[in-house]
Amino acid sequence: MTSTTELRRVLYGLPGVDEFGARARAARLATRSVKNESKAAAIDLAISMVDLTTLEGADTPGKVRALCGKAVHTAPGAPTVGAVCVYPDLVKVAVEALADTGVGIASVATAFPSGRAPLAVKLADTRQAVLDGATEIDMVIDRGAYLAGDYAKVFDEITAVKDACGDAHLKVILETGELATYDNVRRASWLAMLAGADFIKTSTGKIQPAATAPVVLVMLEAVRDFAAERGRIVGVKPAGGIRTTKDALKMLVQVREVAGPRWLDPALFRIGASSLLNDLLMQREKLATGVYSGPDYFSLD
Amino acid sequence: MTFADGYAPAPESTSVVDLRADYGLFIDGAFTAAKETFETVNPATEEVLAEVALAGAEDVDRAVAAARTAFENVWGPMPGAERAKYLFRIARLIQERSRELAVLESLDNGKPIRETRDFDLPQVAAHFFYHAGWADKLEHAGYGTTPLGVAAQVIPWNFPLLMLAWKIAPALACGNTVVLKPAETTPLTALAFAEICRQAELPPGVVNIVTGAGETGRLLVEHPGVDKVAFTGSTAVGKSIARSVAGTSKRLGLELGGKGANIVFDDAPLDEAVEGIVNAIFFNQGHVCCAGSRLLAQESVAEELLARLRARMATLVVGDPLDKNTDVGAINSAAQLARIRELVDAGTAEGAEVWAPSCDLPERGFWFAPTVFTEVAASHRIAREEIFGPVLSVLTFRTPAEAVEKANNTPYGLSAGIWTEKGSRILAVADKLRAGVVWANTFNQFDPASPFGGFKESGHGREGGRQGLEAYLAQS
Repeated sequence: MTSTTELRRVLYGLPGVDEFGARARAARLATRSVKNESKAAAIDLAISMVDLTTLEGADTPGKVRALCGKAVHTAPGAPTVGAVCVYPDLVKVAVEALADTGVGIASVATAFPSGRAPLAVKLADTRQAVLDGATEIDMVIDRGAYLAGDYAKVFDEITAVKDACGDAHLKVILETGELATYDNVRRASWLAMLAGADFIKTSTGKIQPAATAPVVLVMLEAVRDFAAERGRIVGVKPAGGIRTTKDALKMLVQVREVAGPRWLDPALFRIGASSLLNDLLMQREKLATGVYSGPDYFSLD
Repeated sequence: MTFADGYAPAPESTSVVDLRADYGLFIDGAFTAAKETFETVNPATEEVLAEVALAGAEDVDRAVAAARTAFENVWGPMPGAERAKYLFRIARLIQERSRELAVLESLDNGKPIRETRDFDLPQVAAHFFYHAGWADKLEHAGYGTTPLGVAAQVIPWNFPLLMLAWKIAPALACGNTVVLKPAETTPLTALAFAEICRQAELPPGVVNIVTGAGETGRLLVEHPGVDKVAFTGSTAVGKSIARSVAGTSKRLGLELGGKGANIVFDDAPLDEAVEGIVNAIFFNQGHVCCAGSRLLAQESVAEELLARLRARMATLVVGDPLDKNTDVGAINSAAQLARIRELVDAGTAEGAEVWAPSCDLPERGFWFAPTVFTEVAASHRIAREEIFGPVLSVLTFRTPAEAVEKANNTPYGLSAGIWTEKGSRILAVADKLRAGVVWANTFNQFDPASPFGGFKESGHGREGGRQGLEAYLAQS
């Protein structure tokens, strides 16, 4: 066990983030112009990084099966998405629909999205999802404990969930919209990585603001620095509010220039989104044919 | 091509610019030819862009006379609220034509289109809007409301249109008329501005533009018919202008060179500090008088900071100024490139360690890769002389007192930067720095409302803000 005092020393020993500077850097990267063959390559890369998501109370097995179909049959010649992301009770449906496709099965767990449940419940939630066939678990951190300064509690929960994941990859959702400051985003990123996260993820998608460009920038800096200092490569997953190809390309520019080209890989960068995929497919067709098709030419899920 | 390899070319179209084969002088509201001409070239390709008139003594006489007549009969007596209307009109025309002006500036100067589009042109328009607002409120500025008369203004090549705006906007707002000489290597946007003056129906003679080299500038500032001399450029030329103006009744404003210290303390926000260092020295190819050309890094963090800086420098895109992804464009002239090379050679010869990321520079044109020197001693030429190029000299310090001492140990005093998360240290250090502008946790930020100017050999007088108005008003 690592104590709150020890964790505090590590987290507060990290360089601060100047808010103005972080925003300015993100804004400047957003002016990169991605055209022609670069754009074509980036769109296909982005498609392969999508965690196609449905996280609604109204989700049904039929809805999930349809989504899985979309995940595999994106467009002729286009890659499949990275994973499908569903609530734990629908993991079995996704497993069946995605058998032998290579598409990952991600499930949110740990009393998503608020994380307000006893640890035993969170662990049971995780174990069941893994047992049902989830290959990736998206957990939420206890933001209340984080904001109260109880870093050991957050750390211990992540290690316990990581343990419960077994071979499944663990993505740790920081819910940056509730952490509020970029300093907190950097510290929470390190806390999650120190505790064993395979991925750090911005948001649940249920809280605004979600995956803003400066937040993703700070998290990419964190994985870059963590790799250099500790020798372990951790992935990043922005989620929430990423709807257009333009948004996705801006993210990829950041990945390339901030973390480095090594992270331009669906094993290390994912984009959690529901409506983004169709925009990527539309832009892909536009590049190939020179004309835009109407939205009705693309299946909704 | 994979996305990791880099970005496909994304050049801005030049079709928006209607480049003429030759340009005349703008005197008394009309373009007129001169006896001689000179060529202006695109520094990224060395192609000749246009032939430009070279103003001689007679031309300067006519320009000053036109400015005098306009001052006495039209512009001086005009109520401030009326002058403001012209300035607002000019500001809006600049915004309307900003894409054209941005491309033209990049062609003639070599700076990246990203900077002309996102920095130069918005700032140019902002300066005219800001000073248009002052024109009818001068009695509230505290320097009186009486204009000086005819202003002779000589500007450099690093921010051609922006320096024009810094000079012309306050002069006109205060009721003066101007004769402006743009730099020899970058006359084109000033001549496009002359067209804008005509479009705005500015009365003839209020703005006159005489193109030429050093001799034209000398004729202008030494002309007995001017009441005010405003110069931005090198300290050497500034000193000679000061000597020529001494003993006359002319008012003088000088904005000269710099060797700005960018001080990074060990508790700095490091990622943003790296970004600030890059912005301080590689912005505009380092052709910036207030560039942070000396990095003072606290020894305890220097190694980590430099590792991050080198990694960041490797991502800078150097090349075609018109490509929207270019970060560092062309050096403005062969002469400036030679000056940079001379100082870089001196740095190596004196024992400093040079490093630059590998980048493919175009074969034609004037280019210099972003470069950083470590192991620099305060006595080296590269630590003392203004290089005016994308070359950073890194020195280290151990205590705040040593940082201040080193930062101030220069004949210049234009700008400085402080990087620390500790607010009290920012205030304490800023208080001791002898520099006209001190930025805290940022660098190279500009606003028309903020006065700018130097200490010591970086010049005197302020431009911008309420304080900048003083330079163009006669206090009785």
